[in-house]
Amino acid sequence: MPMTQDAQMTVREALNAAMEEEMLRDENVFIIGEEVARYNGAYKVRSLAPNTATTSSHGCIQVTKGLLDKFGEKRVVDTPITEMGFAGLAIGAAFDGLRPICEFMTFNFAMQAIDQIVNSAGKTHYMSGGVLPCPIVFRGPNGAAAGVAAQHSQDYASWYGQVPGLKVVSPWNAEDCKGLLKSAIRDPNPVVFLENELMYGVTFPMSSEAMSDGFLLPIGKAKVEREGSDLTIVAHSKMVGHSMEAAEELAKEGIKAEVINLRSIRPLDIDTIKKSVKKTNRLLVAEGGYPAFGVGSEICAQIVESEAFDYLDAPVERVTGADVPTPYAVNLEGLTFPDTSVIVKAAKRALYRSN
Amino acid sequence: MIRTLLRTSSTLPRVVRGHRWMGTTAQLPGPGHAHGHLPASTSPVTSKLHFFNSVMEGGKQIPTYRVIDGAGRPLEGAIVPEEIDEALARKIYENMVQLPILDDILYNLQRQGRIVFYMTAYGEEAAIIGSAAALAPDDEVLAQYRESGVLLWRGWGYDNVMNQCFGTHLDVCGKGKQMPVHYGSKELHYHTISSPLATQIPQAAGVGYALKRDPARRGKNCAVVYFGEGAASEGDFHAGMLLASTIPSPTMFIARNNGFAISTPSSEQYYGDGIAARGPGYGIHTIRVDGNDVLAVYSAVKEARRLCLEEGRGVLVETMTYRVGHHSTSDDSFAYRPRKEVEDRKRLDNPIVRFRLFMEARGWWSKDEEEALSKRVKQEVMTAYKKAETLPKPELSEMFTEVYGGEEPWNLVSALILCSADAANQIWQREQREELKRLVGKYGEAWEPWKSELKKHKGGGKDLLD
Repeated sequence: MPMTQDAQMTVREALNAAMEEEMLRDENVFIIGEEVARYNGAYKVRSLAPNTATTSSHGCIQVTKGLLDKFGEKRVVDTPITEMGFAGLAIGAAFDGLRPICEFMTFNFAMQAIDQIVNSAGKTHYMSGGVLPCPIVFRGPNGAAAGVAAQHSQDYASWYGQVPGLKVVSPWNAEDCKGLLKSAIRDPNPVVFLENELMYGVTFPMSSEAMSDGFLLPIGKAKVEREGSDLTIVAHSKMVGHSMEAAEELAKEGIKAEVINLRSIRPLDIDTIKKSVKKTNRLLVAEGGYPAFGVGSEICAQIVESEAFDYLDAPVERVTGADVPTPYAVNLEGLTFPDTSVIVKAAKRALYRSN
Repeated sequence: MIRTLLRTSSTLPRVVRGHRWMGTTAQLPGPGHAHGHLPASTSPVTSKLHFFNSVMEGGKQIPTYRVIDGAGRPLEGAIVPEEIDEALARKIYENMVQLPILDDILYNLQRQGRIVFYMTAYGEEAAIIGSAAALAPDDEVLAQYRESGVLLWRGWGYDNVMNQCFGTHLDVCGKGKQMPVHYGSKELHYHTISSPLATQIPQAAGVGYALKRDPARRGKNCAVVYFGEGAASEGDFHAGMLLASTIPSPTMFIARNNGFAISTPSSEQYYGDGIAARGPGYGIHTIRVDGNDVLAVYSAVKEARRLCLEEGRGVLVETMTYRVGHHSTSDDSFAYRPRKEVEDRKRLDNPIVRFRLFMEARGWWSKDEEEALSKRVKQEVMTAYKKAETLPKPELSEMFTEVYGGEEPWNLVSALILCSADAANQIWQREQREELKRLVGKYGEAWEPWKSELKKHKGGGKDLLD
């Protein structure tokens, strides 16, 4: 997809811009969470070199930088340390007509608030027959980070993806983040917005359309990032980048891989995936989460249940994180998450070309 | 009438027995022990090693505010609120009386299998109606499940109660998608009841925050959250109190301490001095009140509301009462407490009787009026029940609606696909609905069990076939 190379934005800047634009547009929008105001978003970043992933210890978010100065304490609210508390407060405020953006330092900590997210935010619109809508966005880093071990590295896409009543978004690049976060904030439903800490510092080109303040991307629609005819690779979040690199590698050997950026986990755009599988006949799903009951499992099941099953020439491949709590040691951590070479290897297996 | 329950400890109900016998309060340093303050603090430094574990001195518990005694007579020094004239007193009393009558009928309907589930509020009429009467009609209420009296006070009516409990197509709070007693009303500012305990507490702090942000309602309305002493053990309680005190937000916390959390007596629910002892921990205004004295509850909540709005911060009211009934229709409380204890409490500390005696002493009520009221309420409730019992259930297609909300139009710059609420419904919903449609079309008329079941729903399933 051709884009003017004029502008560039890091993922962090795109998220910041999305929130700022929406807060200017609607005064009911406000941000709440730990360290969002005075600290400009949690701990200081260790490496500020452009175009690299941040290699920070934990909590290096800084996504809300500058917003307290622009909007004041009523719109950017620091809270004490209780996820259950501020998620609950944000949900109550949403029930009463405000539009909170509730930031979790990571989604691992959101587990302390998961009853509020699932049982209150997710189910109340249905259970109250539409009387109590909950227009809230829960956002924060999800999945792999660097050197923060098991309790800071889990990917929750499939956990939230299971719940009817929630919408779940997992963006990849700066354009995804800007367009999808703006849509999430305007959505009348609770949206779980899963970012990735390692992507915050990565720079991407932005079209002039993407830079405009009316730029929205629809939730529930995937994007074909690269067209191909031999194999479909479906990924979300950081894995899209690895999939694109893998497609480059494979192209050197004459294999044309089609890469689909899911963008949304729920609603899941199975139609785009089906259409692609009918073209390529082979499917590989790449994700960072645990293998059991995951995003890949769901896509595989839905494809097999659909007419696309008859078009498969090989079993569906799932490339996932390892089935272990993430270890701390750098070398072990590197082995527990898929990277470009693992995707290439699995792709070849799908094409019956592995050794 | 016995005013207090002074007995030997062996016959004391378990809720009162077993309090700590050695309470100590914090001590300010005396001469010889005082050494200035901590930096940037008014906390005085002391050289005396001393631990404390109590809000009150001398091992005493936090006192309980009361206006009228067991015989309805105002205590010495008590102030009866001057706005309690005959009209208001009658309204309060009638609301208190209607609650157990409604509860009786619905409880029995559950026992007869006509509704699935029910929860009564026996014994807590004064705590619920007294507090409801002291609030503004548009204060936002987030209740737990035993506070339907607040909705009735605000004029919701028996029809709505019956429609919700029977899950008819006229159920305004959930279109038949919730268990009985999970009421809600946007017009009457009563948030839809949610089953998981205490989740409404931090949400109330959020509602208070939204009220504070709204220039039309700031200083005029507060959020009011009800919960039991058991629910107050949840982390959500701590979180809600903390946020209402720090953010801050105008939120009134009303704890119904009724002695039981299903079978767990309050003596096992906490080790400190009830819920009231926690308020000062968060730095907020707190009071403990006799929950069976409707005038005390009224006065306390009135003043709590004033403080809440003036300071825009959390306020805590603990109402001490007794759960006379079972926890719900799924509970038989005589499995864990003696029948005699319940009968004694009903007889010796009855909130309805206390207030009736107060009114009779002023010539505001009589035995004849009592009979007439009982009869009228029973008739009205039965009429509402008979009406609801014949009403059809919601249309079948409602099963799939409102999983998501979606009135807001998308406003895209480029030619990207519009995503409506329909598109947001998962492929399974579409497929499930299609499958149900196919099955209803095939068996709806042909198979007797389905035929008779479909008749119970408005539209008889035809809404699916369109």
